[in-house]
Amino acid sequence: MSGARGTNRAQGKPHRNLVRSYEQDLRLFGSPMSKVGLGLMLATLLVLPTVVRDDFWLSVLIYSGITAIGAIGLNLLTGYCGQISLGHAFFIGAGAYAAAVVGGDLGLPLPVWLLASAAIGAVLGGLIGPFALRLRGHYLAIVTLGLIFIGEHLWRNLRDVTGGNNGTSVGAEATVGPVDLGALELAGENYSRNQGYFWLVWALVAIIALLAKNLVRTRPGRALRAVRDHDQAAEVIGVRAGRYKIGAFVVSSAIAAMAGALFGSYQQHVSPDDWTLLLSIQYIAIIIVGGLGTIFGAILGAIFVGALPALIDEYSSAIPGVATEAGGDGFISVFALNQAIFGLLIVLFLVFEPRGLAGIWFRVKAYFKAWPFSY
Amino acid sequence: MTTFLTNVFAGLALGSTYALVALGFVVIYKSTGVINFAQGGLLALGAYLGYTFADNLAIAFAVSILLACAAAAIVGASVERLVLRRMVGQPPFAVIMITIGLLFVIEPLITAIWGFDNLPLANPWNIQTVEVGGLVLGVRDLWTIGITAAVVVAFFLFFRYTRMGLAMRATAFDPEAALAQGISARRVYATSWAIAAALAALAGITLAAGPGGLSPSISFIALAAFPAMILGGLDSPAGAVLGGVIIGLAEALTRGYQDQLFSWAGANVSLIVPYLLMIVILLIRPYGLLGTKDVRRI
Repeated sequence: MSGARGTNRAQGKPHRNLVRSYEQDLRLFGSPMSKVGLGLMLATLLVLPTVVRDDFWLSVLIYSGITAIGAIGLNLLTGYCGQISLGHAFFIGAGAYAAAVVGGDLGLPLPVWLLASAAIGAVLGGLIGPFALRLRGHYLAIVTLGLIFIGEHLWRNLRDVTGGNNGTSVGAEATVGPVDLGALELAGENYSRNQGYFWLVWALVAIIALLAKNLVRTRPGRALRAVRDHDQAAEVIGVRAGRYKIGAFVVSSAIAAMAGALFGSYQQHVSPDDWTLLLSIQYIAIIIVGGLGTIFGAILGAIFVGALPALIDEYSSAIPGVATEAGGDGFISVFALNQAIFGLLIVLFLVFEPRGLAGIWFRVKAYFKAWPFSY
Repeated sequence: MTTFLTNVFAGLALGSTYALVALGFVVIYKSTGVINFAQGGLLALGAYLGYTFADNLAIAFAVSILLACAAAAIVGASVERLVLRRMVGQPPFAVIMITIGLLFVIEPLITAIWGFDNLPLANPWNIQTVEVGGLVLGVRDLWTIGITAAVVVAFFLFFRYTRMGLAMRATAFDPEAALAQGISARRVYATSWAIAAALAALAGITLAAGPGGLSPSISFIALAAFPAMILGGLDSPAGAVLGGVIIGLAEALTRGYQDQLFSWAGANVSLIVPYLLMIVILLIRPYGLLGTKDVRRI
């Protein structure tokens, strides 16, 4: 009876965390525990909006989710492929305006406007991508910085599409066939617009995170990292560096445009002031704080950094020295405080914890994995 | 013809300001290999310090300029000492982001101290003009061009004939070899940040003495000076001046002929002309007009 077990023990059955073959290394879920963890996370997302019904907290979480989508896109480009882009806000804006046209003016349903804006983003990314072939590092950073200003000029002047300085309303409704996520009715129960959008946004976060994870754990992901570490060396070992650089731009801006479309649809009104350099910097802060080159980190960072502005806005009256309205008391405005906090977060994380929140998480995990033996 | 010459003159004045800022970028890039996004913040800080010295403390304008430059230099060197020195040897992405982070810390600090209002900087140039052969030239613009020319000459003399200049060139060329020769890389780094910050303060004050006055948005000029630096080549001081003048001329001429030639491109198209010009030139010459092509090894 104890034979099978006994021999196993005698041969030394490997620990479940030991990776012995390439297939094992490629697994989406490294250990059974991660499957359980993911299941718990999904269950939380399903149940959360029925527990937290407060509109403020739901909207904070919805914005965090939208930001997480955009951050996954930027992390693919910057964290995995190593191409610095300060122009992420440009693609997000383009996605929002695409949603306004396809979803609002043409009145098409959710899947259509979401995919249409992704397509627009991909095309724009494909146009910008080739610059990365000629330019690298600093030069590329400044060119993508120029993209923000050129984009802002376009948004302010293409009045037919963008409504100029005043912005345009985005009539893209979250409808799939007969189901309207803006006013969900399920088994006789009515759900608010915020609850519907929460499920929509976070379901999309899960899908895009899964797609991105699949991308980075297979050949394209290894190629991207090879390009990041040394593009010429990557060419030598058979990676088409140029193709992957452009590909990274295409995928990253398509994801960014989807985030923009969701942002526009949820907020219902967008203006050129939404897509300034500050937004790009916010996204960079997110992937740095979350952890460069991890999908998980992008989501973590988005929740942490993306929720900050809303929280500061909500509790600004309780923070000493913050002026809640223009001309009010206090020496620093809410906007300026947000900006300063982004700046500080970037500096502090890069100096003290370059691997970001994900790095802290991995350290904690490694500690318990080897517990009680620390190293 | 007069309109054209007036525009060219305005372009030269604007280009001089760009050149000053771009020189600051180049000094830091050449010795430390970092693009300093915080230059705009240092520029605004210098201009506001100049305002404090000239208006609040009622010090003579020329002295205020020198004091502001010195104060900005100290701030620049301290930033290098406290933050950037920890980043030596880190990948360029991380260092660029650090300087962006610094910019986003400095800007709110300035508004917290001096407020958002537009402040008038007391200066002897004001809106005086001189007339030369039918051309009306602003005194401030003349001074800006003159100061820039003087700074450029001083710059080249400094790098060519002083020990520190030689040390900076050596460190830029090969930090390890320079260290082996007994050159203190720390002093070189700190000095280059101090010089860059002083240049930024100078640019800030000449700009704030202009019609725009002094407001927090003055730091945006540094973003507009990026194309100038990139256009000329990241590591070339001569390129920075050349790029500054080209960008300044292009911007001023587009603005001057906005109604006749560029009305189709929308209002304020002159603001994005620097970036468009930069992108076109970079596609032809990826290392700018005078930049060195970096040799890459595997």
